[in-house]
Amino acid sequence: MTESTSGAATHKPLGSTERSDNWWLEPLSIAIGFGIFIIYATFRAFENNYYEVGNLLSPFYSPKLEFTWWHWSPAILILWIPAGFRATCYYYRKAYYRSYFVTPPACAVSGYKGFKYSGETKFPFVFQNIHRYMFYLATIVLAILWWDALMTLFKPGKMFHFGDFQFSVGSIVYFANVILLSGYSFGCHAFRHLIGGRLDCFSCGEQAKTCLTFWDRVSKLNEHHQLWAWLSLFSVGFADLYTTLVARGIWKDIVLFSAS
Amino acid sequence: MHSGTTTSEAKVRNAKMKVYRGEGKDGSFKSYTVPVEAGMVVLDAIHYIQREIDPDLAVRWNCKAAKCGSCSAEVNGRPSLMCKTRMEGFAEDQEIEVQPLQTFPIIRDLVCDVSWNFEQNKRIKPFTPKPDADWTIYQEDIERVQEFRKCIECFLCQNVCHILRENDRKDAFVGPRFMIRVAGLEMHPLDSADRLEWLHEEGGVGMCNITKCCTEVCPEDIHITDNGIIPMKERIVDEYYDPVAKFLKRVFRR
Repeated sequence: MTESTSGAATHKPLGSTERSDNWWLEPLSIAIGFGIFIIYATFRAFENNYYEVGNLLSPFYSPKLEFTWWHWSPAILILWIPAGFRATCYYYRKAYYRSYFVTPPACAVSGYKGFKYSGETKFPFVFQNIHRYMFYLATIVLAILWWDALMTLFKPGKMFHFGDFQFSVGSIVYFANVILLSGYSFGCHAFRHLIGGRLDCFSCGEQAKTCLTFWDRVSKLNEHHQLWAWLSLFSVGFADLYTTLVARGIWKDIVLFSAS
Repeated sequence: MHSGTTTSEAKVRNAKMKVYRGEGKDGSFKSYTVPVEAGMVVLDAIHYIQREIDPDLAVRWNCKAAKCGSCSAEVNGRPSLMCKTRMEGFAEDQEIEVQPLQTFPIIRDLVCDVSWNFEQNKRIKPFTPKPDADWTIYQEDIERVQEFRKCIECFLCQNVCHILRENDRKDAFVGPRFMIRVAGLEMHPLDSADRLEWLHEEGGVGMCNITKCCTEVCPEDIHITDNGIIPMKERIVDEYYDPVAKFLKRVFRR
């Protein structure tokens, strides 16, 4: 609390530690992994081409918002939502605070001390508290992505015409993506709080008991939130890559089953 | 403390150890060679040094069963309980460095002054049962709290927390151990006190940037961040950053 009680190791330079293991491997791998995704997603968002072919619409561009007053890539109008959801996510916060902000890079390793540490109490990090609002918006986008996945089950323009049902490799890619995104979104810490964690008494009334059931399920997803975060990040990038390869004519979306 | 049945044949190797010796910050590392026996932990090695080489080596310990939380130290830079850190876990040629917790003032050798933590504990509003409380408590209501009650107050989480350790913001953050104490009280179905304002204004829950080192070092495997700190952060969001939640809470009076 006061200077006299402090034994804190504040004098140590960045990265200094007595740890003898490869502590730097995890933050470095995460920095590289995120870096690759961010560069790829930024390139694809600004490319504004090769994002739609047949019944495939890249998740980076969905929902496709086209306005006469907007002259740039429609992806920009939508990507801020999943980006904001992930940027304020409790898992990603841990990951980028360690890998990019080095506060600290790993446990018991000296971090960056170029400013007086204030955590998430001041601008800009106080905005991490909007995470639940980003969750609400991301859930709407997720519902649209489920619709897009359903679209892959029918020939273009023939949604719910069951005579035009088909199942392609693209369907597998899109459904895998939305399942992984759902696992990530519905294991969110903010959702876990809203669905039941906010209560002190789970046995007080039928509504609270229902909340407990949901809270239990969300908690199970939440236990592996980090894994869901990475798998869904990969799947959403892969779904876009698959779409753009098909759109460019480099890859053909193979139809595995067709009703007609 | 020491296996009396071990014979000289069971001694497979000698371990090189470096142990912090001295008062306050003015100490230095002293090297020792310790015979390693099967099943030996770092605390056994420290006891060997104390018994056979340097009887004045100061070390705090008690149960040697990872339940009292006394023998916290840093072993090769990793905050850990010495009684839970196996000597077999180190390579044969690896030097084992043992030093006291770095976040708190060193008294002597491996003993440091952790009294700051007890002062923080006093700042927390204690359990305040509802006047009309029905003391029948169901398991589903208390399960979350029971996880926090496993805490043995080893203060490894307090030691590794970079807010206290690196940034020395003991003025603004009470540390993860007391975050889960508050969480346990706030989630208690029979408690009536409100600690959220204190948690926000004085306890410093907003200082935590959830880098999860506290969870990584916890010898009781308490999910300090996911189950304690983050739920508290979300309750703070309800109160201070989410006007819709606050409005609904007032209207429906949960």
